[in-house]
Amino acid sequence: MYSKVVMDRFQNPRNAGGMHGANAIGQVGNAACGDIMKMYLKINDNGIIENARFKTFGCCAAIASTDIACDLIKGKSIEDALKVTNKDVIDKLGELPTHKLHCSLMAEDSIRAAIEDFYKRKEKESKQAIKKSKRNEE
Amino acid sequence: MNRKIYLDNASTTYVSNEVINEMMPCFNTIYGNAGSLHSFGRDAMAIVDRARDRIRDSINANKSNEIYFTSGGTEADNWAILGAARANANKGKHIITSQIEHHAVLHACEQLEKEGFEITYLPVDQTGLVKLPELLHAIRRNETILISIMAVNNEVGTIQNIKAIAKIAHDYGILFHTDAVQAIGNMKIDVQDMEIDLLSMSSHKIHGPKGVGALYVKNGVLIDPILFGGNNQERGKRAGTENVPGIAGFGKAVEIATRNYIINSKKLRTIREYFLDKLSEKVEHFQVNGHPQQKANGILNISFYGIEGESILMLLDLAGICVSTSSACTSKSLLPSHVLKAMNIPDEIAQSSIRISFGTNISKSDVDYVVNEIEKVVSKLRAISPIQAGRI
Repeated sequence: MYSKVVMDRFQNPRNAGGMHGANAIGQVGNAACGDIMKMYLKINDNGIIENARFKTFGCCAAIASTDIACDLIKGKSIEDALKVTNKDVIDKLGELPTHKLHCSLMAEDSIRAAIEDFYKRKEKESKQAIKKSKRNEE
Repeated sequence: MNRKIYLDNASTTYVSNEVINEMMPCFNTIYGNAGSLHSFGRDAMAIVDRARDRIRDSINANKSNEIYFTSGGTEADNWAILGAARANANKGKHIITSQIEHHAVLHACEQLEKEGFEITYLPVDQTGLVKLPELLHAIRRNETILISIMAVNNEVGTIQNIKAIAKIAHDYGILFHTDAVQAIGNMKIDVQDMEIDLLSMSSHKIHGPKGVGALYVKNGVLIDPILFGGNNQERGKRAGTENVPGIAGFGKAVEIATRNYIINSKKLRTIREYFLDKLSEKVEHFQVNGHPQQKANGILNISFYGIEGESILMLLDLAGICVSTSSACTSKSLLPSHVLKAMNIPDEIAQSSIRISFGTNISKSDVDYVVNEIEKVVSKLRAISPIQAGRI
């Protein structure tokens, strides 16, 4: 049912587990459909994704898809990471059964969710910085 | 890793040697068509009749001619539901079943909805039991013609109060069908004492061959055929050349399962208790789904919090251990099991479930090995899960 790459990534995921010092965390999915993916990113000041790790509740395809997604965005700029699609994930995995294609889509979504979180954090930081500077002026 | 342990006996079982021996002559010696008038045909019919007698004795039917052979449990269920509904449509068009039935019953009911019948799908409690007050409430006088409730659930093993349900049905003059595919060999079945009108059986769940089953139809119960062609086959009720080898094996398998029912039950209960004791020693945060006592002894449906069923299944498979997620028939669907959902088990816990169904041939050292592997698999998957098992 699953390709060799899927089974390999499922059994020996390279990027599994949480991350200390992650500055972007995104979660997608719900238990009803059977998959929850959480993506942890460390993005440096130049906007380059230095490291990516994941935690996934789900089937083999879900675990393998998120593991590949981490590989696909490591070392890339945020801009380039946002260009990664579920097709890229499937290409790397060899193939996915039709009823598991949504796993690759969710992996793509998890990247976007993490990057969205990164920008939210930035926005919050800058707002706080503005507040702080205003307070200092007063 | 060469060790292989089969823990999916609720899906299907190996064919026992006794059964194979019973079947062998039917392939190349007594190979006549049971419908033929000549000696080859009569010899084949004698084998079919003997199997019919064995099944009559096993379920304590009044007459052998109340047993009709089918291509399996699905056909028996389809036939019971469609045939009884269509034959009795002049008395009413309402049918009652439960939400935890096998799809062979549920999808037949959906077909009847297209034909203008109304179906009530009864809820169950958290242990998987149909609530009798709900059943009474659902009955419509002069409208309800059939109640169909499975004897033993295939996913969680819960045994329904069949005798009580049949009694209620008959108090209102309603026909009662039970899907007993998982029940043969798992509980004592006496169709007369339990007042069953229609009962579906399957061969391959009890060490018989695949592709054969039977429907018990109490004499006097009206049922339309769903297969057409051979006017004389199965007394005009079920067309198709009799699967003589299959029927021979099925008859023997039912006889053995009934004969060994008590000893097998004890064995399976011992295995199950030993397994659960060992598992509790090694693994935290799991729950057993289904009724704690009123259940098939070999079936264990377990949810391991925080991890998903299919990934547990696949890792165990790599260690040579074969289990299933809910039932094999639905294992490619993404939705949580309809049975666990009906039992009000939250999606997160339902998606974390696997079904282990023991056979009597498993040893203590097999169980030890299985528990060790489960411990490894569970901790491996929990380490990479975003859901903390202890928080569920």
